[in-house]
Amino acid sequence: MAEEAKLREISIAEFFEKNRHLLGFDNPAKAILTVVKEAVDNSLDACELARILPDVLVEIREARRIFKVYDESGVALAEIVLEADRAELHVEDRILKPSEMKESNDEKTFVFEDNERTYKFKIQGKGDAEKYLFISGRKELKVVKMPQDRFAIVVEDNGPGISKEHVARVFGKLLYGSKFGAGMQSRGQQGIGISAALLYAQLTTGKPAKIWSKTEKSKSTYYCEIRMDTMKNEPIIISEKDIKDGKEHGVRIELEIEGKFVGGSHSVEEYLRQTLITNPYLSLTFIKPDGEKLFFKRTSETLPPLPKAIKPHPHGVELGVFERMLKATSSRTLAGFLSNDFSRVSPNTAEQVCKLASLKPSIKPSELTHVQIEKIWKIMQTFDFMKPPTDCLSPIGEESFIAGLKREYQADYFVATTRQPVVYRGNPFQIEVCIGYGGKLPQNESAKIIRIANRVPLIYQASSCAITKAIQKIEWRHYGIDVQNGMPFGPVIIAVHMASVWIPYTSESKEAIDPYPVVLKEIKLALQDTARKLQRYLAGKRRREEAAQRINLFEKYLKEASEGIASIAEVDSNTVLTGLKKILKHGNLGGEENGEQRGSEKEDKGNGT
Amino acid sequence: MESKEEVKKKIREMGRNLLKQISKQENPYLDVPIRALSNVSYDPKTKLITLGNKTAKRYLFNVAHIRKFAQTLGVAGLAKQLINEDKHLNIREAFYALKRPVLGADINLADEQEETNAAIEDLELILDASREQLHFNADKGGFVAGKVIIQDRNDVIDWSKLGSGGWSIPSNVEDIKFKKVDAKYVIYLEKAATWERLNEDKVWEKLNCIIVCSRGQAPRGVRRLLQRLNFEFGLPIYVLVDLDPWGTYIYSVLKFGSISLAHISEKLAIPDVKYLGLTPDDIVKYKLEKHKLPMKDVDTKRLEEVSNYEWFKHDERWVTFFKKMVALKGKVELAALTSNGISFISEKYIPEKIKNKDWID
Repeated sequence: MAEEAKLREISIAEFFEKNRHLLGFDNPAKAILTVVKEAVDNSLDACELARILPDVLVEIREARRIFKVYDESGVALAEIVLEADRAELHVEDRILKPSEMKESNDEKTFVFEDNERTYKFKIQGKGDAEKYLFISGRKELKVVKMPQDRFAIVVEDNGPGISKEHVARVFGKLLYGSKFGAGMQSRGQQGIGISAALLYAQLTTGKPAKIWSKTEKSKSTYYCEIRMDTMKNEPIIISEKDIKDGKEHGVRIELEIEGKFVGGSHSVEEYLRQTLITNPYLSLTFIKPDGEKLFFKRTSETLPPLPKAIKPHPHGVELGVFERMLKATSSRTLAGFLSNDFSRVSPNTAEQVCKLASLKPSIKPSELTHVQIEKIWKIMQTFDFMKPPTDCLSPIGEESFIAGLKREYQADYFVATTRQPVVYRGNPFQIEVCIGYGGKLPQNESAKIIRIANRVPLIYQASSCAITKAIQKIEWRHYGIDVQNGMPFGPVIIAVHMASVWIPYTSESKEAIDPYPVVLKEIKLALQDTARKLQRYLAGKRRREEAAQRINLFEKYLKEASEGIASIAEVDSNTVLTGLKKILKHGNLGGEENGEQRGSEKEDKGNGT
Repeated sequence: MESKEEVKKKIREMGRNLLKQISKQENPYLDVPIRALSNVSYDPKTKLITLGNKTAKRYLFNVAHIRKFAQTLGVAGLAKQLINEDKHLNIREAFYALKRPVLGADINLADEQEETNAAIEDLELILDASREQLHFNADKGGFVAGKVIIQDRNDVIDWSKLGSGGWSIPSNVEDIKFKKVDAKYVIYLEKAATWERLNEDKVWEKLNCIIVCSRGQAPRGVRRLLQRLNFEFGLPIYVLVDLDPWGTYIYSVLKFGSISLAHISEKLAIPDVKYLGLTPDDIVKYKLEKHKLPMKDVDTKRLEEVSNYEWFKHDERWVTFFKKMVALKGKVELAALTSNGISFISEKYIPEKIKNKDWID
């Protein structure tokens, strides 16, 4: 492939440095999310393909802890560095290793010694309640924990595992993978993601990736530590071994990277929670750096049907790709190539296309001139082929989408729409929308938007995404939803899913969908369909509320009106009250119909009486 | 004048009528005559503004009506109590009497005086009884001087012996007894300053008249007092107002009645009232051009409205009057007459105009 060849010419590291932002590593906070995302995507794709209900563990650990020691006047005296297998005290220009390490239930003590004195560093308590103590000789000094900048990220699945001979290349070689050009709806598309994560780890911490892989229970687990040769784009295996354990199968990867752990809308937790919406069959454990452990049990025991792989449709193929396909084909004739290598091209239609291009159907693909290739390609773009098959798509489905959203968000009412598949330039795609309203959703905030592509939540780049743009184009007020600053406002959550063999992402980091007109239009239609359903619910709700308010108002005045009438008519007020209650109960409210027209009383032309 | 018993009976009938509707299981309603220009007409025969027969149905069980319905009932109950106990409430006091929680609920029956004022006016229309008959008093205002002796409750008052302030006119003058009325006519003034001028000049003594003043629109007590002096003693009423649409309308209300109180025009209007105020011709005659005040937008708009009232627009004298007023492009106050001498108004203007019958009746 041309890109791969070109890549080999420059250093992979250099390529990475230049394209960090395209790969999702433009800042330390995003880097953590990108690593988790790439690894989890791979795990889910692998499990689905192997028809295994996924059990995934995500763990983020502080990989290096740094503490600074200050004297009374605030001058930094020393630094303590703790890693999994290393503890150091940096004092002046010396580095001391601990002479003794003690650990009890609640306390960890490191003892360092030099010629002059003994230093003791103690960590008491756990998690947020941790306390630090530093004693130099007999003096206690102030210790401050520095913000974390290094994390170990572990993702483990129960998938089919990767055979020993492939492990190194899958993780340690860019653009290596089974998914590229497979013509199947999957999370990964290009075979860049996880290798880029490994490269990022290597460039920021210099630590190799640790990988465990097991394909069968009866076999042992293959463990290796690998680095990437950035000049050759080839993996280097630093160490490897076979481990005997009782595990079933699966892959575990551990990477140590420079990063920043954040909360909020761009957090790993938010990404994982959104992932659960569209993957109800996923069982997930998430361990945060502070030790907090979240467990999400699967809510469905059924995997979605496996998407089918399809051959490219003639309308979706670009000229360059078409030329490459011609070179690579095993077909002997042009007509044969067209009908074998494309979907929706029968031998008959292949002959018709050849005829329109004034080319012999029997001509050898290798003998076509560039002009001829361009001619036939142009005809293919306008020829009325059958639309591509759409059973290659795997939508979430209205019910599952609602069930998924309900799992994470407490709203009063949910509606969903799965549109029929649509074809854009030979690529079938399908849009689904789920909207939740009311309940515990915040009243005074912009609506929550969840963007999903092939079951993967999109976290960054919201403003340039087709989904956001489509949402902004909807007249939400028509459907009874408030708008502020161009976005729907109030207790609303809007989730949009795009399923496609080829999602038009704006960049390799797969953070936003490119707003092509056809895609934008489909998303808008799906939003409108769903909003209409919601509107019917809201209108009914409003009517019920108004009716209740009206009765409530009438009841408020019942006693007052009874006493008032009784007082001037000089009768007993209980009789009046009973009478009024009866009228209200039977709902026989003549004159009420004009009560709807708030404001002035109805003018009657009286008879002068 | 209807007796107290008759008014009480009307209130009881209103309640009985509602009971009938309730026993028929109908949504209870009150027929409320509409108080708006759309339901008001001018009767050239009686020269009064009268209320038309358009009514609105006010339902109890109607989101938009229920509050007003309850307030109307509240006012009716209060009126009944006042009549029974022979007490009177000022409309401000009536508001406080009704600014209480709705029985068994967490909202007030009334929160603003406008609400209770409207309820009182509605009740007057529903029952065809005046505010005074219902024992509600409007705000008082206005003062009078002249050679008149009256009895108010147990006090005998001589209007000629009340110094510079005069007798303060109460809100209800129905029970005032006139013991002696020595006057040829009544001069009504819009401005207190002019009244004080005339009082200091002892005009009531010199010209043998009664001088009455209320600041701005005459309240019901003042209107009723003027009406009684006119009806019971045949005294002509001369109205002295500024040359502007607001002054003209003060005259209009005294003579023809008002739109919001059209239902009781007969009880308040005085067809015999004569306009003696500043006219466009006076401006030339008394050289007041230089004291013109500019017409503001609201003034111009009001002038157009007033000149279009049914009771003015068919009267040639008024058509000309308003035309000249428009041409004048300004308004002039009575006080401007002072530029011709301190007591010019008392010694020249009024006597001359009356002598020359220079009025519009």
